[in-house]
Amino acid sequence: MKLSGNVWKFGDDIDTDQIYPGKYLPLTDKKEMGTHAFEGVPDIKDFSAKVRSGDIAIAGRNFGSGSSREHAPIAIRESGIQAVLAISFSRIFYRNAINIGLPIMEIDIDTYNSITQGDKIEIDTETGELRVNGKSFKAFPLSGLEHDILVHNGLINYIKEVML
Amino acid sequence: MMTLAEKILSMHVKKGNVKPDEIIIAEVNVAMVQDGTGPLTIMELEKIGMDRVVNPEKTVLFIDHSAPSSRKELSNAHMMMRAFANKTGAVLSEAGEGVCHQRLIEDYVLPGDVVVGADSHTCTSGALSAFATGMGSTDVGLAFALGKTWFKVPQTYKIVLKGTLPEGVYAKDIILYLIGKIGADGATYKALEFSGDIENLKMSDRFTISNMAVEAGAKVGLFPSDLITKEYLFSRGKGDKWIELYPDKDAQYEKTIEIDLNKLEPHVSFPHTVDNTRVIKDAEGVELNQVYIGTCTNGRLEDLRIAAKILKGKKIKKGLRLIVVPASREVYLNALREGLIEIFVKSGGLVLAPGCGPCVGVHEGVLGDGEKCLSTQNRNFKGRMGNPKGEIYLSSPATAAASAIVGKITDPRNFL
Repeated sequence: MKLSGNVWKFGDDIDTDQIYPGKYLPLTDKKEMGTHAFEGVPDIKDFSAKVRSGDIAIAGRNFGSGSSREHAPIAIRESGIQAVLAISFSRIFYRNAINIGLPIMEIDIDTYNSITQGDKIEIDTETGELRVNGKSFKAFPLSGLEHDILVHNGLINYIKEVML
Repeated sequence: MMTLAEKILSMHVKKGNVKPDEIIIAEVNVAMVQDGTGPLTIMELEKIGMDRVVNPEKTVLFIDHSAPSSRKELSNAHMMMRAFANKTGAVLSEAGEGVCHQRLIEDYVLPGDVVVGADSHTCTSGALSAFATGMGSTDVGLAFALGKTWFKVPQTYKIVLKGTLPEGVYAKDIILYLIGKIGADGATYKALEFSGDIENLKMSDRFTISNMAVEAGAKVGLFPSDLITKEYLFSRGKGDKWIELYPDKDAQYEKTIEIDLNKLEPHVSFPHTVDNTRVIKDAEGVELNQVYIGTCTNGRLEDLRIAAKILKGKKIKKGLRLIVVPASREVYLNALREGLIEIFVKSGGLVLAPGCGPCVGVHEGVLGDGEKCLSTQNRNFKGRMGNPKGEIYLSSPATAAASAIVGKITDPRNFL
């Protein structure tokens, strides 16, 4: 998949309580979940009003740590963010993102430091190639099975289309 | 030459021995969801017409995160879970029965099992030598329907515990110290395997330690299945289900970390990350509004006994709230019989129904703006207890009980 969008830049340790506060766990409407994405991040106000469909999130270490709540990647996707790149992800978030069809990739710290808020970024989920401000970078691409699940838009569709 | 993680996973694949980084499909023995994650599981399964379970006696839906419900949306989610359990024959654990992880180790998990749960602290059962790990709603849903799931076999970090804990220092201090040392992402994707002088650690200590493996990013936190495990299973009427499980002597570890228990001191995690730990002398004096003793980390009978011993015959600081939540109905009944509940109530504390209580910030004990809480729970993220303007500190039940009396974070050794 080739994607492009404007960058939302985040720091380290953006945990699931910041991405999707626990008090919204009862919500089952996915669109509504999207309106609360990143509501707990201290330095960002009114994210859901400011984010534009197709934007891409860039984060530091340990993105998505904490709870197993699948609401976190769902809220990100529903908010309009079409992909997340981070130096590292917590493992449950990583798996959940792929399972719901949210493209994610790991990047190194130099790449992270070279990208700023509002930059226009192009990414290729198959090869891991990135282009930002005319410069090329490389993300770590997903493995075969992970990418297969992703291009089927998540595990449920993958099971339906490939296995059933 | 296998680690515990490799050994247990090898027992669950069709043939051969698994190797680190290999992707495998493993049979699942126990699968569970809770009321925060279960509704999504049910909706996803219904979407593809796979709303069935292959192993109903070991498929459990827990109502614990907001039990009893505080609002109609949650009540409706609980109804959805009850209806799914009725339809499929899966077990429904009602409000009041207790926290999922405590209930799993009481009645469902056995050494050598593979356990998946839609809750990050599913790793608690690793103390019983079960490969137990948290996943999302969809992953666990497919384990419900298919009885198996895929794993990438993790590399293992060996954590060697040496010596014995001094008085006033507990299992919680070991795991807080370890997380402070290696960081909140210090073991991301790895299996932690505890070894060394572990015969000094009771099962309740081991549950506390395994419970928090995920706070260092780990996939699982394993103890061997030894004579202490055997004794625990016998005490629960399941002695015949015990199997011995140890890593091979020549197992390969990516890293080995030693902890000298003899010199360990009480530790406290400061806001807003679990790895922001300090030794007690650098933590003392923080003024508190609320103290919470309970949760899947430290809400067992042994924890309540430690807290009650300190609180017996004393009053908590005026103006402070002490909340106590037994981790399960069984813990609650035993605490009643032993007179522990009476001690908490007489000291000025309040006791809530077994479950997650205020830890997850959904339905009770929510902090006010700027309020500080010392809790025996496992996580102190900003907003965790329902208010991003609250501050959460983490400690052992002894530190929490002593601090409730003084009204400030206090060294529990002053009360022994």
